[in-house]
Amino acid sequence: MIYSDKVMDHFQNPRNVGVIKDADGMGQVGNPVCGDMMTFYIKVKDERLEDIKFQTFGCGAAIAVSSMVSEMAKGKTIDEAMKITNATVAESLDGLPKNKLHCSNLGADALHAAIEDYRKKQAAARGEAAEGTVAKDQCYCPYCEGPLEGAEEFCDHCQIEFEDCPHCGNLAKKGAEKCPACGADLSQP
Amino acid sequence: MKRVYLDHIAATPLDPGVAEAMRPFLAGRFGNPQSLHADGQEALETIEDARARVAALIGAAESEVIFTSSGSEANNFAVKGLALARRDKGCHLVLSAIEHQSVLHSAKSLEKSGFSSTLVAVDKDGLVDPEEVRKAIRKDTVLVSVMLANSEVGTVEPVAEIGKVCRAAGVPLHTDAVAAAGSIPVNVGALGVDALSLAGDQFYGPKGSAALFIRKGVRILPFIDGGIQEGGRRGGTENVMGIVGLGKAADIAGQKLGERAQAMTALRDKLIEELPRRVGHVVLTGHREKRLPHHVSFCVEFVEGESMLLNLDMKGIATSSGSACTSRALKASHVLLAMGLDHALAQGSLVFSLVDGTTAADIDYVLEVFPPIVERLRQMSPLYTQFLEDNRK
Repeated sequence: MIYSDKVMDHFQNPRNVGVIKDADGMGQVGNPVCGDMMTFYIKVKDERLEDIKFQTFGCGAAIAVSSMVSEMAKGKTIDEAMKITNATVAESLDGLPKNKLHCSNLGADALHAAIEDYRKKQAAARGEAAEGTVAKDQCYCPYCEGPLEGAEEFCDHCQIEFEDCPHCGNLAKKGAEKCPACGADLSQP
Repeated sequence: MKRVYLDHIAATPLDPGVAEAMRPFLAGRFGNPQSLHADGQEALETIEDARARVAALIGAAESEVIFTSSGSEANNFAVKGLALARRDKGCHLVLSAIEHQSVLHSAKSLEKSGFSSTLVAVDKDGLVDPEEVRKAIRKDTVLVSVMLANSEVGTVEPVAEIGKVCRAAGVPLHTDAVAAAGSIPVNVGALGVDALSLAGDQFYGPKGSAALFIRKGVRILPFIDGGIQEGGRRGGTENVMGIVGLGKAADIAGQKLGERAQAMTALRDKLIEELPRRVGHVVLTGHREKRLPHHVSFCVEFVEGESMLLNLDMKGIATSSGSACTSRALKASHVLLAMGLDHALAQGSLVFSLVDGTTAADIDYVLEVFPPIVERLRQMSPLYTQFLEDNRK
Protein backbone atom coordinates (compact mmCIF):
# COMPACT_ATOMS: atom_id res chain seq x y z
CA MET A 1 0.00 0.00 0.00
CA ILE A 2 1.33 3.42 -0.85
CA TYR A 3 -0.32 4.98 2.22
CA SER A 4 0.19 4.47 5.96
CA ASP A 5 -2.56 2.87 8.07
CA LYS A 6 -3.31 6.28 9.54
CA VAL A 7 -3.80 7.84 6.10
CA MET A 8 -6.11 4.98 5.12
CA ASP A 9 -8.06 5.35 8.37
CA HIS A 10 -8.65 9.07 7.78
CA PHE A 11 -9.40 8.42 4.11
CA GLN A 12 -12.00 5.78 4.93
CA ASN A 13 -13.47 7.55 7.95
CA PRO A 14 -12.82 11.23 7.40
CA ARG A 15 -13.61 13.37 10.46
CA ASN A 16 -15.53 16.65 10.23
CA VAL A 17 -16.75 16.39 6.64
CA GLY A 18 -19.39 18.92 5.69
CA VAL A 19 -20.39 22.54 5.31
CA ILE A 20 -21.09 25.12 8.02
CA LYS A 21 -23.83 27.32 6.62
CA ASP A 22 -23.26 30.26 8.99
CA ALA A 23 -19.47 29.86 9.19
CA ASP A 24 -17.38 32.64 10.74
CA GLY A 25 -14.65 31.96 8.21
CA MET A 26 -14.30 30.06 4.96
CA GLY A 27 -11.12 29.21 3.06
CA GLN A 28 -10.65 27.50 -0.27
CA VAL A 29 -7.35 26.44 -1.82
CA GLY A 30 -6.23 24.48 -4.86
CA ASN A 31 -8.16 23.74 -8.00
CA PRO A 32 -8.67 20.72 -10.21
CA VAL A 33 -5.83 21.79 -12.52
CA CYS A 34 -3.34 21.22 -9.71
CA GLY A 35 -5.16 18.07 -8.66
CA ASP A 36 -6.84 18.82 -5.37
CA MET A 37 -9.25 21.36 -3.99
CA MET A 38 -10.18 21.91 -0.35
CA THR A 39 -12.74 24.09 1.39
CA PHE A 40 -12.61 24.68 5.15
CA TYR A 41 -15.35 26.23 7.28
CA ILE A 42 -14.78 27.41 10.86
CA LYS A 43 -16.92 28.53 13.79
CA VAL A 44 -15.02 30.67 16.27
CA LYS A 45 -15.93 31.37 19.89
CA ASP A 46 -13.64 33.34 22.24
CA GLU A 47 -10.81 33.03 19.69
CA ARG A 48 -11.17 29.24 19.78
CA LEU A 49 -12.07 26.99 16.82
CA GLU A 50 -15.33 25.68 18.17
CA ASP A 51 -16.24 23.78 15.03
CA ILE A 52 -14.52 22.88 11.77
CA LYS A 53 -15.94 21.27 8.66
CA PHE A 54 -14.29 20.61 5.33
CA GLN A 55 -14.96 19.40 1.83
CA THR A 56 -12.23 17.99 -0.39
CA PHE A 57 -11.99 17.04 -4.04
CA GLY A 58 -8.88 14.96 -4.39
CA CYS A 59 -6.91 11.79 -3.88
CA GLY A 60 -6.70 9.60 -0.80
CA ALA A 61 -3.90 11.73 0.66
CA ALA A 62 -5.81 14.97 0.14
CA ILE A 63 -8.87 13.61 1.94
CA ALA A 64 -6.79 12.19 4.80
CA VAL A 65 -4.82 15.44 5.14
CA SER A 66 -8.01 17.53 5.35
CA SER A 67 -9.44 15.20 7.95
CA MET A 68 -6.24 15.27 10.01
CA VAL A 69 -5.97 19.06 9.86
CA SER A 70 -9.56 19.43 11.03
CA GLU A 71 -8.94 17.07 13.92
CA MET A 72 -5.68 18.76 14.91
CA ALA A 73 -7.22 22.23 14.87
CA LYS A 74 -10.61 21.62 16.46
CA GLY A 75 -10.80 23.14 19.94
CA LYS A 76 -7.49 24.94 19.53
CA THR A 77 -7.10 28.71 19.74
CA ILE A 78 -6.67 30.54 16.48
CA ASP A 79 -3.03 31.25 17.27
CA GLU A 80 -2.38 27.59 17.97
CA ALA A 81 -4.13 26.58 14.75
CA MET A 82 -2.01 28.99 12.75
CA LYS A 83 1.05 27.06 13.96
CA ILE A 84 -0.12 23.82 12.29
CA THR A 85 2.26 23.28 9.41
CA ASN A 86 2.45 20.97 6.46
CA ALA A 87 5.23 19.09 8.18
CA THR A 88 3.25 18.46 11.38
CA VAL A 89 0.24 17.30 9.36
CA ALA A 90 2.31 14.82 7.35
CA GLU A 91 4.02 13.66 10.53
CA SER A 92 0.70 13.09 12.31
CA LEU A 93 -0.33 10.88 9.39
CA ASP A 94 2.83 8.77 9.80
CA GLY A 95 4.19 10.26 6.60
CA LEU A 96 2.98 10.71 3.04
CA PRO A 97 4.47 9.49 -0.24
CA LYS A 98 6.97 12.09 -1.49
CA ASN A 99 4.91 13.06 -4.51
CA LYS A 100 1.85 13.63 -2.32
CA LEU A 101 3.50 16.08 0.06
CA HIS A 102 1.87 18.99 -1.72
CA CYS A 103 -1.52 17.70 -0.53
CA SER A 104 -0.48 18.31 3.07
CA ASN A 105 0.57 21.74 1.95
CA LEU A 106 -2.99 22.45 0.91
CA GLY A 107 -4.60 21.21 4.13
CA ALA A 108 -2.87 23.68 6.44
CA ASP A 109 -3.22 26.42 3.81
CA ALA A 110 -6.98 25.90 3.59
CA LEU A 111 -7.37 26.09 7.35
CA HIS A 112 -5.21 29.21 7.52
CA ALA A 113 -7.20 30.77 4.67
CA ALA A 114 -10.40 30.19 6.66
CA ILE A 115 -8.83 31.84 9.71
CA GLU A 116 -7.66 34.80 7.62
CA ASP A 117 -11.17 35.12 6.22
CA TYR A 118 -12.51 35.18 9.78
CA ARG A 119 -10.01 37.86 10.82
CA LYS A 120 -10.88 39.90 7.77
CA LYS A 121 -14.56 39.75 8.63
CA GLN A 122 -13.82 40.71 12.23
CA ALA A 123 -11.77 43.67 11.06
CA ALA A 124 -14.48 44.72 8.64
CA ALA A 125 -17.06 44.52 11.44
CA ARG A 126 -14.87 46.83 13.50
CA GLY A 127 -14.64 49.16 10.52
CA GLU A 128 -10.94 48.59 9.97
CA ALA A 129 -9.40 48.09 6.56
CA ALA A 130 -9.06 44.44 5.78
CA GLU A 131 -5.60 43.03 5.44
CA GLY A 132 -4.96 41.65 2.02
CA THR A 133 -4.99 37.91 1.74
CA VAL A 134 -3.70 35.85 -1.07
CA ALA A 135 -6.38 33.87 -2.83
CA LYS A 136 -4.77 30.52 -3.44
CA ASP A 137 -7.06 29.24 -6.12
CA GLN A 138 -4.51 28.22 -8.69
CA CYS A 139 -1.05 26.70 -9.18
CA TYR A 140 1.93 28.77 -8.15
CA CYS A 141 5.54 28.89 -9.28
CA PRO A 142 7.65 27.22 -6.56
CA TYR A 143 10.31 29.93 -6.98
CA CYS A 144 8.55 33.30 -7.26
CA GLU A 145 5.11 32.14 -6.10
CA GLY A 146 3.61 33.85 -9.15
CA PRO A 147 0.41 32.27 -10.45
CA LEU A 148 0.81 29.74 -13.27
CA GLU A 149 -1.53 29.46 -16.21
CA GLY A 150 -2.82 25.98 -17.03
CA ALA A 151 0.17 24.36 -18.70
CA GLU A 152 2.84 24.34 -16.05
CA GLU A 153 5.97 24.32 -18.16
CA PHE A 154 7.03 27.91 -17.84
CA CYS A 155 6.66 30.72 -15.28
CA ASP A 156 5.87 34.01 -17.01
CA HIS A 157 6.86 35.98 -13.93
CA CYS A 158 10.38 34.82 -13.22
CA GLN A 159 10.96 33.35 -16.70
CA ILE A 160 11.84 29.90 -15.45
CA GLU A 161 11.32 26.77 -17.47
CA PHE A 162 10.18 23.78 -15.44
CA GLU A 163 10.57 20.08 -15.60
CA ASP A 164 9.04 17.45 -13.36
CA CYS A 165 11.15 16.26 -10.47
CA PRO A 166 11.61 12.52 -11.15
CA HIS A 167 11.37 11.84 -7.41
CA CYS A 168 8.23 13.68 -6.34
CA GLY A 169 6.67 14.90 -9.59
CA ASN A 170 6.53 18.51 -8.47
CA LEU A 171 7.82 21.39 -10.56
CA ALA A 172 11.54 22.05 -10.50
CA LYS A 173 13.60 24.51 -12.51
CA LYS A 174 15.09 22.93 -15.60
CA GLY A 175 18.68 22.02 -14.78
CA ALA A 176 18.23 22.73 -11.06
CA GLU A 177 20.48 20.80 -8.69
CA LYS A 178 17.85 20.39 -6.00
CA CYS A 179 14.09 19.91 -6.14
CA PRO A 180 12.39 22.79 -4.28
CA ALA A 181 9.57 20.49 -3.12
CA CYS A 182 11.25 17.31 -1.91
CA GLY A 183 14.88 18.41 -1.81
CA ALA A 184 16.05 15.53 -4.00
CA ASP A 185 19.44 15.85 -5.66
CA LEU A 186 18.79 16.52 -9.34
CA SER A 187 22.39 17.09 -10.35
CA GLN A 188 22.87 13.44 -11.27
CA PRO A 189 21.09 12.50 -14.50
CA MET B 1 -12.81 -11.10 0.21
CA LYS B 2 -14.16 -11.46 -3.28
CA ARG B 3 -11.70 -10.03 -5.82
CA VAL B 4 -12.93 -8.70 -9.14
CA TYR B 5 -10.01 -7.90 -11.40
CA LEU B 6 -10.93 -5.25 -13.99
CA ASP B 7 -7.50 -3.89 -14.89
CA HIS B 8 -6.70 -5.63 -18.17
CA ILE B 9 -4.87 -2.52 -19.39
CA ALA B 10 -2.31 -2.92 -16.58
CA ALA B 11 -1.85 -6.69 -16.84
CA THR B 12 -3.78 -9.79 -17.81
CA PRO B 13 -3.65 -13.04 -15.83
CA LEU B 14 -1.37 -15.73 -17.25
CA ASP B 15 -3.34 -18.28 -19.26
CA PRO B 16 -2.90 -21.74 -17.67
CA GLY B 17 -1.86 -23.12 -21.07
CA VAL B 18 0.85 -20.45 -21.26
CA ALA B 19 2.09 -21.26 -17.77
CA GLU B 20 2.23 -24.94 -18.75
CA ALA B 21 4.29 -24.17 -21.86
CA MET B 22 6.73 -22.06 -19.85
CA ARG B 23 7.22 -24.49 -16.96
CA PRO B 24 9.97 -26.67 -18.52
CA PHE B 25 12.11 -23.54 -18.93
CA LEU B 26 11.91 -22.72 -15.24
CA ALA B 27 13.52 -26.03 -14.35
CA GLY B 28 15.47 -28.21 -16.72
CA ARG B 29 15.60 -26.54 -20.10
CA PHE B 30 18.06 -23.70 -19.84
CA GLY B 31 20.08 -23.79 -23.06
CA ASN B 32 21.23 -20.61 -24.80
CA PRO B 33 19.75 -20.45 -28.31
CA GLN B 34 23.09 -19.28 -29.69
CA SER B 35 24.97 -22.39 -28.49
CA LEU B 36 25.83 -24.97 -31.10
CA HIS B 37 25.29 -28.00 -28.87
CA ALA B 38 22.05 -29.89 -28.50
CA ASP B 39 20.85 -27.89 -25.47
CA GLY B 40 21.32 -24.67 -27.40
CA GLN B 41 19.79 -25.92 -30.61
CA GLU B 42 16.73 -27.14 -28.76
CA ALA B 43 16.28 -23.64 -27.28
CA LEU B 44 16.74 -22.10 -30.72
CA GLU B 45 14.06 -24.31 -32.20
CA THR B 46 11.75 -23.35 -29.36
CA ILE B 47 12.08 -19.60 -29.91
CA GLU B 48 11.79 -19.96 -33.68
CA ASP B 49 8.59 -21.92 -33.14
CA ALA B 50 7.32 -19.08 -30.92
CA ARG B 51 8.31 -16.57 -33.59
CA ALA B 52 6.17 -18.42 -36.11
CA ARG B 53 3.21 -18.32 -33.72
CA VAL B 54 3.55 -14.57 -33.08
CA ALA B 55 3.93 -13.96 -36.83
CA ALA B 56 0.77 -15.99 -37.48
CA LEU B 57 -1.25 -13.90 -35.02
CA ILE B 58 -0.58 -10.72 -37.02
CA GLY B 59 -0.27 -12.13 -40.54
CA ALA B 60 3.48 -11.50 -40.77
CA ALA B 61 6.42 -13.61 -41.95
CA GLU B 62 8.57 -15.18 -39.23
CA SER B 63 11.60 -13.17 -40.27
CA GLU B 64 9.65 -9.96 -39.70
CA VAL B 65 9.26 -10.51 -35.94
CA ILE B 66 11.85 -9.28 -33.43
CA PHE B 67 11.43 -10.16 -29.76
CA THR B 68 11.78 -7.36 -27.22
CA SER B 69 11.43 -7.06 -23.44
CA SER B 70 8.31 -4.88 -23.38
CA GLY B 71 5.87 -2.91 -25.48
CA SER B 72 7.74 0.22 -24.46
CA GLU B 73 10.97 -1.22 -25.80
CA ALA B 74 9.27 -2.16 -29.06
CA ASN B 75 7.94 1.41 -29.37
CA ASN B 76 11.35 2.94 -28.59
CA PHE B 77 12.95 0.57 -31.07
CA ALA B 78 10.47 1.44 -33.83
CA VAL B 79 10.40 5.21 -33.40
CA LYS B 80 14.13 5.72 -32.88
CA GLY B 81 15.31 2.92 -35.15
CA LEU B 82 13.12 3.90 -38.10
CA ALA B 83 13.67 7.64 -37.75
CA LEU B 84 17.44 7.42 -37.39
CA ALA B 85 17.71 5.02 -40.34
CA ARG B 86 16.12 7.76 -42.51
CA ARG B 87 18.14 10.65 -41.20
CA ASP B 88 19.44 11.46 -44.69
CA LYS B 89 15.85 11.89 -45.94
CA GLY B 90 14.73 14.28 -43.23
CA CYS B 91 14.08 14.63 -39.55
CA HIS B 92 10.37 15.16 -39.06
CA LEU B 93 7.91 12.80 -37.34
CA VAL B 94 4.13 12.72 -37.28
CA LEU B 95 2.47 11.25 -34.18
CA SER B 96 -1.00 11.31 -32.74
CA ALA B 97 -1.45 13.42 -29.62
CA ILE B 98 -2.66 10.39 -27.64
CA GLU B 99 0.28 8.05 -28.22
CA HIS B 100 1.72 6.13 -25.29
CA GLN B 101 4.54 7.88 -23.41
CA SER B 102 7.03 5.40 -24.85
CA VAL B 103 6.27 6.80 -28.33
CA LEU B 104 5.95 10.45 -27.30
CA HIS B 105 9.08 10.39 -25.18
CA SER B 106 11.05 8.57 -27.88
CA ALA B 107 10.16 11.42 -30.24
CA LYS B 108 11.13 13.90 -27.55
CA SER B 109 14.45 12.16 -27.13
CA LEU B 110 15.02 12.40 -30.90
CA GLU B 111 14.54 16.16 -30.67
CA LYS B 112 17.97 16.29 -29.03
CA SER B 113 19.43 14.97 -32.29
CA GLY B 114 17.65 17.56 -34.40
CA PHE B 115 14.32 15.87 -35.09
CA SER B 116 11.01 17.64 -34.70
CA SER B 117 7.51 16.22 -34.54
CA THR B 118 3.95 17.23 -35.32
CA LEU B 119 1.24 15.94 -33.02
CA VAL B 120 -2.01 15.22 -34.83
CA ALA B 121 -5.04 16.24 -32.76
CA VAL B 122 -7.87 13.81 -31.98
CA ASP B 123 -11.62 14.44 -31.82
CA LYS B 124 -13.76 14.23 -28.68
CA ASP B 125 -13.91 10.42 -29.00
CA GLY B 126 -10.14 10.15 -29.30
CA LEU B 127 -10.24 9.36 -33.02
CA VAL B 128 -7.43 10.39 -35.34
CA ASP B 129 -8.59 11.74 -38.72
CA PRO B 130 -6.48 10.17 -41.53
CA GLU B 131 -6.91 13.40 -43.48
CA GLU B 132 -5.20 15.30 -40.64
CA VAL B 133 -2.31 12.83 -40.83
CA ARG B 134 -2.05 13.50 -44.56
CA LYS B 135 -1.91 17.24 -43.92
CA ALA B 136 0.76 16.85 -41.25
CA ILE B 137 3.11 14.88 -43.49
CA ARG B 138 5.88 17.05 -44.96
CA LYS B 139 8.58 16.42 -47.54
CA ASP B 140 11.05 15.71 -44.74
CA THR B 141 8.73 13.42 -42.74
CA VAL B 142 10.48 10.11 -42.12
CA LEU B 143 7.99 8.33 -39.88
CA VAL B 144 4.32 8.33 -38.90
CA SER B 145 3.29 6.60 -35.68
CA VAL B 146 -0.37 6.18 -34.75
CA MET B 147 -1.55 3.63 -32.21
CA LEU B 148 -4.05 0.92 -33.09
CA ALA B 149 -5.99 1.29 -29.85
CA ASN B 150 -5.68 3.57 -26.86
CA SER B 151 -5.50 1.87 -23.49
CA GLU B 152 -6.93 4.78 -21.51
CA VAL B 153 -10.10 5.36 -23.53
CA GLY B 154 -10.34 2.16 -25.58
CA THR B 155 -10.77 3.90 -28.94
CA VAL B 156 -9.63 1.86 -31.97
CA GLU B 157 -7.99 4.09 -34.58
CA PRO B 158 -8.50 3.91 -38.37
CA VAL B 159 -4.96 2.64 -38.93
CA ALA B 160 -5.76 0.92 -42.25
CA GLU B 161 -6.84 4.26 -43.72
CA ILE B 162 -3.80 5.99 -42.25
CA GLY B 163 -1.76 3.21 -43.85
CA LYS B 164 -3.10 4.20 -47.26
CA VAL B 165 -2.22 7.83 -46.62
CA CYS B 166 1.31 6.90 -45.62
CA ARG B 167 1.85 4.59 -48.58
CA ALA B 168 0.70 7.32 -50.95
CA ALA B 169 3.16 9.70 -49.32
CA GLY B 170 5.96 7.12 -49.23
CA VAL B 171 6.43 7.45 -45.47
CA PRO B 172 6.75 4.39 -43.21
CA LEU B 173 3.99 3.84 -40.65
CA HIS B 174 4.45 2.37 -37.21
CA THR B 175 1.50 1.40 -35.06
CA ASP B 176 1.61 0.74 -31.34
CA ALA B 177 -0.71 -2.25 -31.12
CA VAL B 178 0.18 -3.12 -27.52
CA ALA B 179 -3.37 -2.50 -26.27
CA ALA B 180 -4.97 -4.13 -29.31
CA ALA B 181 -2.98 -7.18 -30.41
CA GLY B 182 -4.43 -10.40 -29.04
CA SER B 183 -7.73 -8.66 -28.23
CA ILE B 184 -8.93 -7.67 -31.70
CA PRO B 185 -7.96 -9.13 -35.10
CA VAL B 186 -4.68 -7.59 -36.27
CA ASN B 187 -3.24 -8.12 -39.73
CA VAL B 188 -0.18 -6.16 -40.79
CA GLY B 189 -1.10 -6.55 -44.45
CA ALA B 190 -4.63 -5.24 -44.05
CA LEU B 191 -3.40 -2.39 -41.86
CA GLY B 192 -0.66 -1.49 -44.31
CA VAL B 193 1.84 -0.83 -41.54
CA ASP B 194 5.61 -1.11 -41.78
CA ALA B 195 6.12 -1.67 -38.07
CA LEU B 196 3.90 -2.82 -35.22
CA SER B 197 4.48 -3.25 -31.48
CA LEU B 198 2.74 -5.86 -29.34
CA ALA B 199 3.13 -7.19 -25.81
CA GLY B 200 2.31 -10.58 -24.32
CA ASP B 201 1.10 -9.26 -20.97
CA GLN B 202 -1.88 -7.71 -22.76
CA PHE B 203 -3.18 -11.07 -23.96
CA TYR B 204 -2.61 -13.54 -21.13
CA GLY B 205 1.11 -14.01 -21.75
CA PRO B 206 3.97 -13.23 -19.34
CA LYS B 207 5.38 -9.79 -18.54
CA GLY B 208 8.74 -9.08 -20.18
CA SER B 209 7.62 -10.67 -23.44
CA ALA B 210 6.90 -8.44 -26.41
CA ALA B 211 7.70 -8.09 -30.08
CA LEU B 212 8.21 -5.63 -32.88
CA PHE B 213 7.10 -6.43 -36.41
CA ILE B 214 9.29 -4.83 -39.07
CA ARG B 215 8.20 -5.28 -42.65
CA LYS B 216 10.79 -7.03 -44.84
CA GLY B 217 12.90 -4.50 -46.67
CA VAL B 218 12.20 -1.63 -44.25
CA ARG B 219 15.44 -0.26 -42.81
CA ILE B 220 15.76 0.05 -39.06
CA LEU B 221 18.81 0.69 -36.90
CA PRO B 222 19.71 -1.95 -34.29
CA PHE B 223 18.36 -1.14 -30.85
CA ILE B 224 20.77 -3.03 -28.64
CA ASP B 225 24.27 -3.35 -30.04
CA GLY B 226 25.67 -6.75 -29.25
CA GLY B 227 25.66 -10.20 -30.73
CA ILE B 228 23.81 -11.70 -33.62
CA GLN B 229 20.57 -12.33 -31.76
CA GLU B 230 17.39 -11.20 -33.53
CA GLY B 231 19.22 -10.78 -36.80
CA GLY B 232 21.79 -8.48 -35.20
CA ARG B 233 19.13 -5.87 -34.50
CA ARG B 234 18.64 -6.56 -30.83
CA GLY B 235 21.59 -8.07 -28.97
CA GLY B 236 21.34 -9.90 -25.67
CA THR B 237 20.62 -13.49 -24.75
CA GLU B 238 17.02 -14.27 -25.57
CA ASN B 239 14.42 -14.47 -22.80
CA VAL B 240 13.59 -18.01 -23.84
CA MET B 241 10.93 -18.68 -21.22
CA GLY B 242 9.19 -15.36 -21.90
CA ILE B 243 9.34 -15.90 -25.65
CA VAL B 244 7.85 -19.37 -25.27
CA GLY B 245 5.05 -17.84 -23.22
CA LEU B 246 4.47 -15.12 -25.79
CA GLY B 247 4.30 -17.70 -28.58
CA LYS B 248 1.80 -19.83 -26.67
CA ALA B 249 -0.29 -16.77 -25.76
CA ALA B 250 -0.33 -15.73 -29.43
CA ASP B 251 -1.41 -19.21 -30.38
CA ILE B 252 -4.27 -19.23 -27.87
CA ALA B 253 -5.30 -15.70 -28.81
CA GLY B 254 -5.46 -16.74 -32.44
CA GLN B 255 -7.90 -19.50 -31.53
CA LYS B 256 -9.93 -17.82 -28.81
CA LEU B 257 -9.85 -14.13 -29.73
CA GLY B 258 -13.30 -14.10 -31.32
CA GLU B 259 -14.92 -16.06 -28.51
CA ARG B 260 -13.25 -13.95 -25.81
CA ALA B 261 -14.20 -10.70 -27.53
CA GLN B 262 -17.80 -11.75 -27.94
CA ALA B 263 -18.21 -12.63 -24.27
CA MET B 264 -16.48 -9.45 -23.09
CA THR B 265 -18.31 -7.15 -25.51
CA ALA B 266 -21.65 -8.20 -24.03
CA LEU B 267 -20.44 -7.49 -20.48
CA ARG B 268 -18.71 -4.28 -21.58
CA ASP B 269 -21.92 -2.99 -23.14
CA LYS B 270 -23.90 -3.86 -20.05
CA LEU B 271 -21.54 -1.80 -17.88
CA ILE B 272 -21.51 1.09 -20.36
CA GLU B 273 -25.32 1.15 -20.53
CA GLU B 274 -26.14 0.46 -16.93
CA LEU B 275 -23.60 2.49 -14.95
CA PRO B 276 -24.83 5.94 -16.09
CA ARG B 277 -28.35 4.86 -15.11
CA ARG B 278 -27.20 4.28 -11.57
CA VAL B 279 -24.75 7.17 -11.21
CA GLY B 280 -25.59 10.63 -12.52
CA HIS B 281 -23.10 12.93 -14.22
CA VAL B 282 -20.79 10.34 -15.71
CA VAL B 283 -19.33 10.66 -19.19
CA LEU B 284 -18.16 7.74 -21.30
CA THR B 285 -14.67 8.46 -22.63
CA GLY B 286 -13.56 7.11 -26.00
CA HIS B 287 -15.67 6.01 -28.94
CA ARG B 288 -18.87 4.12 -28.11
CA GLU B 289 -18.58 1.57 -30.97
CA LYS B 290 -15.00 1.75 -32.21
CA ARG B 291 -13.54 0.51 -28.96
CA LEU B 292 -11.70 -2.47 -27.49
CA PRO B 293 -14.04 -5.33 -26.53
CA HIS B 294 -12.83 -5.33 -22.93
CA HIS B 295 -12.72 -1.59 -22.36
CA VAL B 296 -15.03 0.62 -20.31
CA SER B 297 -13.86 4.10 -19.35
CA PHE B 298 -15.73 6.92 -17.68
CA CYS B 299 -15.09 10.31 -16.24
CA VAL B 300 -17.15 10.79 -13.11
CA GLU B 301 -17.93 14.43 -12.41
CA PHE B 302 -17.07 16.12 -9.08
CA VAL B 303 -14.97 13.19 -7.84
CA GLU B 304 -11.28 12.40 -8.20
CA GLY B 305 -10.12 9.11 -9.72
CA GLU B 306 -7.67 7.86 -7.10
CA SER B 307 -10.20 8.18 -4.30
CA MET B 308 -12.68 6.09 -6.33
CA LEU B 309 -9.96 3.56 -7.20
CA LEU B 310 -8.95 3.11 -3.54
CA ASN B 311 -12.56 2.74 -2.43
CA LEU B 312 -13.21 0.15 -5.14
CA ASP B 313 -10.06 -1.70 -4.16
CA MET B 314 -11.31 -1.91 -0.58
CA LYS B 315 -14.40 -3.60 -2.01
CA GLY B 316 -12.16 -6.02 -3.91
CA ILE B 317 -12.40 -4.38 -7.32
CA ALA B 318 -9.18 -3.55 -9.22
CA THR B 319 -9.36 -0.63 -11.70
CA SER B 320 -7.18 2.12 -13.23
CA SER B 321 -7.45 5.87 -13.40
CA GLY B 322 -5.86 8.57 -15.54
CA SER B 323 -6.29 11.26 -12.89
CA ALA B 324 -3.36 13.52 -12.04
CA CYS B 325 -3.28 12.24 -8.47
CA THR B 326 -2.94 8.66 -9.65
CA SER B 327 0.05 9.36 -11.84
CA ARG B 328 3.34 9.68 -10.03
CA ALA B 329 4.03 12.89 -11.92
CA LEU B 330 0.70 14.37 -10.77
CA LYS B 331 -0.23 15.38 -14.29
CA ALA B 332 -3.67 14.84 -15.74
CA SER B 333 -3.81 12.31 -18.58
CA HIS B 334 -2.55 13.82 -21.85
CA VAL B 335 -5.05 11.57 -23.63
CA LEU B 336 -8.10 12.99 -21.87
CA LEU B 337 -6.87 16.57 -22.25
CA ALA B 338 -6.18 15.99 -25.97
CA MET B 339 -9.80 14.86 -26.31
CA GLY B 340 -10.87 18.25 -25.00
CA LEU B 341 -11.93 17.27 -21.48
CA ASP B 342 -11.34 19.94 -18.88
CA HIS B 343 -9.02 19.26 -15.97
CA ALA B 344 -11.76 18.75 -13.39
CA LEU B 345 -13.51 16.14 -15.51
CA ALA B 346 -10.23 14.42 -16.44
CA GLN B 347 -9.52 14.08 -12.71
CA GLY B 348 -12.55 11.82 -12.42
CA SER B 349 -11.17 9.25 -14.84
CA LEU B 350 -11.82 5.59 -14.11
CA VAL B 351 -11.14 2.58 -16.35
CA PHE B 352 -12.79 -0.81 -15.94
CA SER B 353 -11.06 -3.22 -18.31
CA LEU B 354 -12.41 -6.76 -18.43
CA VAL B 355 -10.37 -9.94 -18.63
CA ASP B 356 -11.13 -13.42 -19.92
CA GLY B 357 -13.25 -14.96 -17.18
CA THR B 358 -15.00 -11.77 -16.05
CA THR B 359 -18.58 -12.79 -15.31
CA ALA B 360 -21.98 -11.11 -15.40
CA ALA B 361 -21.96 -11.43 -11.60
CA ASP B 362 -18.74 -9.40 -11.48
CA ILE B 363 -20.36 -6.60 -13.47
CA ASP B 364 -23.42 -6.73 -11.23
CA TYR B 365 -21.14 -6.44 -8.21
CA VAL B 366 -19.52 -3.29 -9.68
CA LEU B 367 -22.94 -1.82 -10.41
CA GLU B 368 -23.99 -2.50 -6.82
CA VAL B 369 -20.84 -1.26 -5.08
CA PHE B 370 -19.92 1.73 -7.22
CA PRO B 371 -22.90 4.12 -6.80
CA PRO B 372 -22.61 4.45 -2.99
CA ILE B 373 -18.86 5.08 -3.33
CA VAL B 374 -19.47 7.96 -5.73
CA GLU B 375 -22.29 9.28 -3.57
CA ARG B 376 -20.10 9.29 -0.48
CA LEU B 377 -17.21 11.03 -2.24
CA ARG B 378 -19.56 13.60 -3.76
CA GLN B 379 -20.91 14.39 -0.31
CA MET B 380 -17.42 15.54 0.61
CA SER B 381 -16.66 17.26 -2.70
CA PRO B 382 -16.67 21.07 -2.78
CA LEU B 383 -17.20 20.89 -6.55
CA TYR B 384 -20.44 18.95 -6.05
CA THR B 385 -21.66 21.37 -3.37
CA GLN B 386 -20.94 24.22 -5.75
CA PHE B 387 -22.78 22.43 -8.56
CA LEU B 388 -25.86 21.92 -6.38
CA GLU B 389 -25.80 25.57 -5.33
CA ASP B 390 -25.46 26.79 -8.93
CA ASN B 391 -28.39 24.58 -9.89
CA ARG B 392 -30.55 26.02 -7.16
CA LYS B 393 -30.01 29.54 -8.47
